[in-house]
Amino acid sequence: MDKKKKIEKFEIACLVDNSAGVLTRVSSLFTRRGFNINSLTVGETEDPNISRMTISVFGDEKIRSQCIKQLRKLVNIRNVKEMMPDACVSRELALIKLRNNSQTRPEILAAVDIFRCKIIDFSPNTLCVEITGESTKIDAFLEVVKPYGILEMSRTGVVAVQRGCSYLFEDDLDESAFMETDRTDLIA
Amino acid sequence: MKKSGAEIIVESLIEQGVDTVFGYPGGQVIDLYDALYAYQDQLRHVLCSHEQHACHAADGYFRATGNVGTVIATSGPGATNLVTGIATAYLDSVPLVAITGNVSTNLIGRDSFQEVDIIGVTLPVTKHNFFVKSIDELAPIIHQAFEIARSGRPGPVLIDVPKDVQQAVTEYTPLGKAEKYVEKTVNSRQMAAAVEMINESKRPYIYIGGGSLGADVPDEIMQLAEKIDAPIGCTLMGLSAVPTDHPRYLGMEGMHGHYASSMAQHECDLIIAIGCRFSDRATGNVKKYVPQAKILHLDIDAAELNKNVSVNLGLAGDIHDAVIRMLDHVEEKKRPAWHQRIADLKQEEMFQQEQLANPHKLTPQALINEVAKYADDSTPIATDVGQHQMWVAQSYPFKQPRTFVSSGGLGTMGFGLGAAIGAAFGAKKRSILFTGDGSFGMNIGELATLKATGAPVVVVVFNNRVLGMVRQWQTLFYGAHYSNTDLHDRESDFAKIAEAFGVPGFKIDTLEEMPEVIAKAMAKSGPVVIDVKIDPDEFVLPMLPPGGSMDQIITMREEI
Repeated sequence: MDKKKKIEKFEIACLVDNSAGVLTRVSSLFTRRGFNINSLTVGETEDPNISRMTISVFGDEKIRSQCIKQLRKLVNIRNVKEMMPDACVSRELALIKLRNNSQTRPEILAAVDIFRCKIIDFSPNTLCVEITGESTKIDAFLEVVKPYGILEMSRTGVVAVQRGCSYLFEDDLDESAFMETDRTDLIA
Repeated sequence: MKKSGAEIIVESLIEQGVDTVFGYPGGQVIDLYDALYAYQDQLRHVLCSHEQHACHAADGYFRATGNVGTVIATSGPGATNLVTGIATAYLDSVPLVAITGNVSTNLIGRDSFQEVDIIGVTLPVTKHNFFVKSIDELAPIIHQAFEIARSGRPGPVLIDVPKDVQQAVTEYTPLGKAEKYVEKTVNSRQMAAAVEMINESKRPYIYIGGGSLGADVPDEIMQLAEKIDAPIGCTLMGLSAVPTDHPRYLGMEGMHGHYASSMAQHECDLIIAIGCRFSDRATGNVKKYVPQAKILHLDIDAAELNKNVSVNLGLAGDIHDAVIRMLDHVEEKKRPAWHQRIADLKQEEMFQQEQLANPHKLTPQALINEVAKYADDSTPIATDVGQHQMWVAQSYPFKQPRTFVSSGGLGTMGFGLGAAIGAAFGAKKRSILFTGDGSFGMNIGELATLKATGAPVVVVVFNNRVLGMVRQWQTLFYGAHYSNTDLHDRESDFAKIAEAFGVPGFKIDTLEEMPEVIAKAMAKSGPVVIDVKIDPDEFVLPMLPPGGSMDQIITMREEI
C-alpha cells in the first residue's frame, strides 16, 4: 500500500490561549474538516495564560498535514507541532475498575505487578487499578485483564513532550512540509 | 474621554476607515443605533430590508473597493439572518466585520428573548469571532477584528456585544488604524526551485484566482506572462484581474470555463497557480486533472497547498512579494510551439462561438453585450447565482480588477442585489446587477433599499421562468424530469413589482426592442429594474460533464 495513504495514529501538541471557547474552536475544526480525534487532552501550562493540548488523531499523510496547517490558522493557537514517536516521551493514565474475587485476585495482582500499575481502591468484589504509560502499554494491559471483567474505565488521553532540548515555543514552521515531489492523487 | 460601549464601537469603526455600515436595528442594538444617530455626519448607515442582504452589501462593498465591509444586526434572528452572508464571505475570503448585539450578560444562557449563541453558530464560517464580556475589552477587540479580517488570507470576523456592554461607560483611548500583519515571504530556496521549474517548462500556463486580486498583482502577472510567453487563465474568483481583451488572456476555466482556457490547461506541462484553491468546480475530476502538468502552487494560506490537489511545489507566503521575485528571476523566453497552439485554440473557440451565435434571437450574450455598452471600465458588475452568473462570467468584457462581484465558493442565490447596493456605495457610482428570476425572488425586498437610498443600481433580470441551472442538469442527466424547477405558474412581472416599490421598471420581450428599452432605462440616474424575457431552454455552454476532465469539455448541445 502507498505509504502516503497509510492510516496511522499521530499526535499533535499545541500551545493555545487559555481562554473560553478555544476547545470548541479546535473540536469544531476537526468536525468540519472530517478529521477523527482519537483523544484530546488540555491543561494549563507554567504560564496561566497558555494551555497545552495534545491531540491524537487517526489519518493518512494528507490528513496529518492538513490537520497541522489548519490548526495553525486558528487565531487562539500559538504553536503547533507533531510529536514524532521517536523524538518524544508520551504518557497516558487510565483508571480501570475490575471484577475481583478470591480466585482471580492472584492473577490480577500478578498482571498489576508486571505492568507496574497501582491498586488504588479495593472492595470485596472490585478493585481499581491506576496505570500510567504509553498508550500501547495500556492497550496491552487491558487485553490481559479483559477476561476478568472490566466494570468501568477512564482514560486521560495522551500527553507528550519532546525529548532533549527541543520545546514547543521554538519556531516550528517546517518548510519541507510544503515540498512535494509528485502528484499522488492522479490515476496512472 | 469617557464613552459608552456603543460610542466606542462607532468611534472605532470611524478610526478603522469605515465610512458606510449596512444593517438593521433591533432590541439589543438600540444603544448602538443611538450612537449611530449621534455620529451620522461621520458614519453613514444604510438600512437594508433584511440582515442577510445587509451582510451581502458589506461583502459587495469590499469586493468593489478592497476596503473591509461592516454590518450590524441585532441578537437572535437578526444575528442568524447574517449567517448566509457571513458564510458567503468566508468561502470567498472576503474581509468583513459583523457586529451583533446580544442580551445583557446577566441574561446570557437563560434562553432570554431573542438570545442565540451566535458565536457557536458562526464558528465554522468565520475566520474568528469574539464575545465581548466587558467594556474594557471592547476597543481592543474591534481593533483586533479588523486586523484579523484584513491580514493573511482575509475573512469575516464577528463581534457579539451584549446590551449592557454597549451601555457601560469607560475611559476611551483611540488605538489607531489596524494594520495587516507582516506576511511570511516565500524563502529563496523554494523560489529558486520555482524559477527553475518555470525555466524548464515548455508549455507554462498561468492560472490565477481571487488571491491575485487580494495581493494586488494583476499587472505583475501580465508582465510575467509576457516574459515567459505563457497564457493566463483564471478561476471564477480571479475574473476581472486581467482585462478580457488582453492578448494573453484565455478566460475562465472549470465547470463552465472557456474552451481555449480549459484545453490549454489540460495540455500544458506546468501550471503556475497563483492565489487559487483548486475548488472542485474549477478542476473537474481531480483524479484526471491536468495529467501532463506539474503544478506550482503559490498561496498565502499554507493549508491550501496539497489540500484539493497534490502539487509538485507549494509556496506559502506573501503573493505580492513572490510574484515580483518570480518576475525578476525567470528567464525571458519565447515558446513558439506553445504560442502557436494557444493561438489555434483561440481560433477554434472563436469558430465555435460563431457557430453558436444566433443574431436573430434574444440571447443572454446579446443582452450582456448591450448592457455593457453603458458601463465604463470601473463599473461594478454584480451577479446572483445560476445560469446568468455563468453567462456573465463567460462573456462580460471586464477591464479593471475588482469589477466582478459574485458569490463563487458558496454560490449564494440572493447574493446579488445586496452586493450590488454595497458595490454602488463603495465605488460611489452606478453598479449593474445581472440576476435571474429565481435569485431575484430571494432578495426582492431590497428594492425598498434601492428606493430609499436612490442607490444607482441597474437590475437586469434574465427572466426565463425556470430555475435554469438545475433545469439544465435535469435536461441532461435526469431524464428531463423538471422537478420543482418550472416557475411558469408563478411568473412575475418584475417591472410592475419594481414600480410598486417606487423604482422605475422596464420590460423587454423581443430582440428588436432591446436596445431602445435599455437606452431608456440607462438614461435614469437612480435605480432601475429591467425584466428581460429569455428562452427557458437556453444552456450554459461549454460545460464539463460530471466526473469529466478538462479535455472532455462540451461546447455544442449536440455533443451531449
